[in-house]
Amino acid sequence: MSANGSSPLLRCTDLTRVFGQGPRALRAVDAVNLTLQRGEIASIVGESGSGKSTLARMVLRLLQPTSGKVFFDGKDVTRLRGFRRRRAYWTHVQAVFQDPFGSFNQFFPVRYVLRSALRLEGATLSRSEREQRMAAALESVGLDPGSVLGQLPHELSGGQRQRVMIARALMVSPELLVADEPTTMIDASSRANILNVLLDLNRDKRLTILFITHDISLATYVSDTLFIMQGGKLVESGAVERVTAKPEHRYTRRLFADTFSLHGEPWHRASGGGA
Amino acid sequence: MAEILTADDVRAYYRRGLSGWIKAVDGVSLTLAEGEILGIAGESGCGKSTLAMALASAARWPLCVQGGRLVVEGQAVPMQSETGRSGAHRGEVVSLMPQGAMNSLNPTQRVRDFVFDVLRSHEPHVTRRQAVQRAQERLVKLDLPVRVLDAYPHQLSGGMKQRVVAVISTLLDPRVLIADEPTSALDVSAQRALLALLAQLLDQGIIGGIVLVTHELPILRNVAHRTMIMYAGQVCETGPTGDVIFAPAHPYTKALMDATLVLESATKRQRIEGLEGGPPDLSQPPSGCRFHPRCPHASPVCAQDLPPSVTPAPGHTAACWWLEQQRPPPPAAAEEVAEP
Repeated sequence: MSANGSSPLLRCTDLTRVFGQGPRALRAVDAVNLTLQRGEIASIVGESGSGKSTLARMVLRLLQPTSGKVFFDGKDVTRLRGFRRRRAYWTHVQAVFQDPFGSFNQFFPVRYVLRSALRLEGATLSRSEREQRMAAALESVGLDPGSVLGQLPHELSGGQRQRVMIARALMVSPELLVADEPTTMIDASSRANILNVLLDLNRDKRLTILFITHDISLATYVSDTLFIMQGGKLVESGAVERVTAKPEHRYTRRLFADTFSLHGEPWHRASGGGA
Repeated sequence: MAEILTADDVRAYYRRGLSGWIKAVDGVSLTLAEGEILGIAGESGCGKSTLAMALASAARWPLCVQGGRLVVEGQAVPMQSETGRSGAHRGEVVSLMPQGAMNSLNPTQRVRDFVFDVLRSHEPHVTRRQAVQRAQERLVKLDLPVRVLDAYPHQLSGGMKQRVVAVISTLLDPRVLIADEPTSALDVSAQRALLALLAQLLDQGIIGGIVLVTHELPILRNVAHRTMIMYAGQVCETGPTGDVIFAPAHPYTKALMDATLVLESATKRQRIEGLEGGPPDLSQPPSGCRFHPRCPHASPVCAQDLPPSVTPAPGHTAACWWLEQQRPPPPAAAEEVAEP
């Protein structure tokens, strides 16, 4: 894939996925158009069942769209026939998922997890080269390679595990990282650290990141662009400043209104009840 | 205001191996007043769910309550759930909504049959019709659709399931509801609806008080009257929610606040910093103040002795050596300095 500076990194046109058929068919993603520029951080925000994860899975080419197209770096990647072609695609697009506990094989140390990611490239690297790449990936997520590489998953905290998953994704130097709810299972106290790791990668390596989240406060913290989804449709999109200042769609306004904020009157004082 | 629940020096340990204990809750005291929502916050592994289980008398092997007293409305209640004991007070005096409660509905039963089973286990002579009728009345009273009783769990949304479980768990009018992370799997609109339901249960006098366990500070800010912050099995700060959140005294509470994402248009890219490191191994908790290995203000004394209790404001207490050292000298001493 050629590095073309001007074209958008990712473009989806009329992307649709229908589950089931006949009268009970569910249009999980319904004619979604979105564009992601190089070096951008965008978030797809929506409630459960809005189709945001389905959309992410189609972008990752883990799920075949019913109709519509996905362009990556100007090339149509909607039909990638054969595992080899998809494997090549995954050296450009990587993902971090919600559950850092589920994506580990608990019997293998971190070194194994990272080394197997290199297999995507197909090339055989010398031992020292491999070690060097692993160390670099771990350092870029703020972990100490010396102590972490030999550890087993249960010896790591949730936040560390998620960082290892990010390091694993970085092993092949992807251009796009899809982060599907990367912090929902992480503690509030280490959530900020994970997000900062991703923000730093975006700044230092121009990594393009697509967040999938239901948490609009998280989305406004990290993104340049917001895509709001409801019932499979993209109901609003725009620069984060514009959407937070002047949400146009009714659903976006409801999302903002329903989110708990630290400021404003607490309920119990408003209702007059309680101690 | 009258206190409906008082817990004193609760120690709940998990048995590990032949002689080891994991001290998940170690000397926690709390009170809950009539009509009050008490929030308990802290990161995972700080013992907040274990505390919730002990308070709801649901402690089961390998969790052993090693000490402490629980008094609900003047009556001492055992915290350990022993096999063979009826557990009648469970659900009647103190009711627990465990984490992921919405998955506790039986997938092969309609909600009304589940309600019947729940009521029958407490009142052996209740008829199916009476049970369903009571559930219907309660749903009407809380402005929820009655048709959920005829549904199977998979036909309900996650938010509705969670609300249905909240209604069922308070069907026996318990005095205290312990809700452990009731909002964690829900999206924002469903979170709001659930918390509104809990507030309604309290306002209508169906329950007397709520202990709400969560790690989301913005939620506590909106619904809890008082908030207690736990770290590594111990309480580090308690006070009115506004004080704890906006004027945190304990360094851990401060770090927790700094790491909280807030929805405000101005917060975009205002870098927030999380807390480094993880919670300590509770089978060998750090000596002295348990937070000292991660604390930015730690001094040698923190590793030696248990921190003293400091009162920055009435009703607001924090356990910290650093605060103790920061405290202005008592007024008499201050005058002496001022005179010359």
